[in-house]
Amino acid sequence: MKKVYAFEKNCLGCGLCEVYCRTAHSKSKDIIKTYKKENVDSAITIEEIEKNGVKTFFALQCRHCVEPKCVQACISGAMYKDENGIVRNIKEKCVGCQSCIMACPFGAIKMSVSGTVISKCDLCTENGDEPACAKNCPNGALKFMDLEEDK
Amino acid sequence: MSLNLVSDRFEVLRDNTKCIRCKVCVKQCSNEVHIFDEEDNIVLSEDSKCVCCHRCVAMCPTKAIKIRKNTLEFKENANWTGTAIDEIYRQAQTGGMLLSSMGNPKPFPIYWDKILLNASQVTNPSIDPLREPMETKVMIGRKPDKIEYDKNGNMLTKIPPQIELNMPIMFSAMSYGSISKNAHEALARAAEKLGILYNTGEGGLHKDFYKYGKNTTVQVASGRFGVHLDYLNAGAAIEIKIGQGAKPGIGGHLPGIKVGPDVSATRMIPEGSDAISPAPHHDIYSIEDLRQLIFSLKESTNYTKPVFVKIAAVHNVSAIASGIARAGADAIVIDGFRGGTGAAPTRVRDNVGIPIELALASVDQRLRDEGIRNHISVICAGSIRNSADIVKAIALGADAVYIASAALIAMGCHMCQSCSTGKCNWGIATQNPELVKRLNPDIAYERLINLLTAWNNEIKEMLGGMGINAIDSLRGNRLMLRGVGLNLKELEILGIKHAGE
Repeated sequence: MKKVYAFEKNCLGCGLCEVYCRTAHSKSKDIIKTYKKENVDSAITIEEIEKNGVKTFFALQCRHCVEPKCVQACISGAMYKDENGIVRNIKEKCVGCQSCIMACPFGAIKMSVSGTVISKCDLCTENGDEPACAKNCPNGALKFMDLEEDK
Repeated sequence: MSLNLVSDRFEVLRDNTKCIRCKVCVKQCSNEVHIFDEEDNIVLSEDSKCVCCHRCVAMCPTKAIKIRKNTLEFKENANWTGTAIDEIYRQAQTGGMLLSSMGNPKPFPIYWDKILLNASQVTNPSIDPLREPMETKVMIGRKPDKIEYDKNGNMLTKIPPQIELNMPIMFSAMSYGSISKNAHEALARAAEKLGILYNTGEGGLHKDFYKYGKNTTVQVASGRFGVHLDYLNAGAAIEIKIGQGAKPGIGGHLPGIKVGPDVSATRMIPEGSDAISPAPHHDIYSIEDLRQLIFSLKESTNYTKPVFVKIAAVHNVSAIASGIARAGADAIVIDGFRGGTGAAPTRVRDNVGIPIELALASVDQRLRDEGIRNHISVICAGSIRNSADIVKAIALGADAVYIASAALIAMGCHMCQSCSTGKCNWGIATQNPELVKRLNPDIAYERLINLLTAWNNEIKEMLGGMGINAIDSLRGNRLMLRGVGLNLKELEILGIKHAGE
């Protein structure tokens, strides 16, 4: 399955993936309107690790696990794995209990800014072939690829 | 401390209707120009720190940022320009020499732009490179005076070592230290893919790059950094650097802050120590001394590698070139006064040396007059900006050209001329690991290949237009050139006719 992979050696921590993720999940699909008028979450987060004075960045997002712990942990049936292998969350069913957040071994699920539901990566399947984060990464640090195929 | 009189060079204009406070500019500017004010939720700018490198402009997702030349005017004065006044303020404040990076930016004549190329019409056919073979391959090295065969047709003449280049272009010397490891990797990989050479500069060869040896020119400069037997044998050619176009007669100085563990190991100097290249080679005070070094290097490499000698284009360049040919060098590199550098004293960069076009023409003519042109290949360096410059250089007598500034620009350099600060926002002229990362060698290498492939195609197109099907037939073919707006002396030195003649 094609997923977004992060390559920390190329990640600059610029945060453009977050900008484009939010825009891709907005109603307007316009960067300025998204930021100024809409309250949209970014499903990708740049993690910053500082070691010996050198900062390393890592773009964290859902790994769309084969056997997703979040789906098992979900108490309301909001989390499910679709036929393409994408782990999704039905906002209408989500009760914001945070069980999935605790179960996720990667820490890739967050509470949404609204505080009532969770927010996670859906690989932006509605926005064309390539997820917005990988498409707009300026340094090739996010790649949409199938690791098995690439081997 | 007294008042700082130096005025800001640039203004950062931010369109607040477009700024989304994403802070990408704040995170990306190594000069700390952009500041986010949490309290007022606004991004502010510290204009005095801006070097106009366009990193923020390129990264801003909403294109909210523009950089302008500072509109603050001094009273109009053709003699005391704003720059002249500011330079005095800067020196009066610090007492230091002014330092600059990249090539001479002053409005001296650019002869490339005053030379035009010929094309075939009616009396001789032009050639379409898409349909007919077109050769841009060149061989760099000493050519024998004659070729002898025995009775069975076997060649008796021993051909000196030659470098085969797929196009008449090589990457010029940029040391590991002055540019980042990622930049070096991109150059090395691109050179391998394109079938040309890149050049280590005087900083030695990083252990990871020995595998690109057959596409590497290893440099021996006055500091002899990183020079040892394996290094000399690792490359395809050896270059003795006597001088550099940006700073003829001046040595080099890599500040200790850039000498990290990797640079230290590669240069074979202690970590954190300044790497100082003396102005002269202290074992070369004459052509005879140069000959000794050339032959020591040939001896060390068992006469298998051509030895280049690189000099800056200075007043007596043709006599010096003749000496270099007679000293046994296989190629001479002439670096014009517009060649780039990581750092040079501003006054030297802007006032020393001569234009490469004139130097190249006079060297080629002198070597021909003396009947030794075939003894040495001539490589032209110092601000080759496009494929037309290359075609003109070849027609003026060059065997190949060196490009460095153009290669850096292809990788993302925006010519902000601030290399010496070590804060290169594009990850090129820096050793800061966070900044180095910004140059992804996979991307940079592709961009280099794209650039040179495009240039090679353009060269073929121009050759075809002239009715020539091999770059060798263009070399020194000055009838293909005409000058415009040049005086008689300039035309005489260039050895070309005026347009219309």
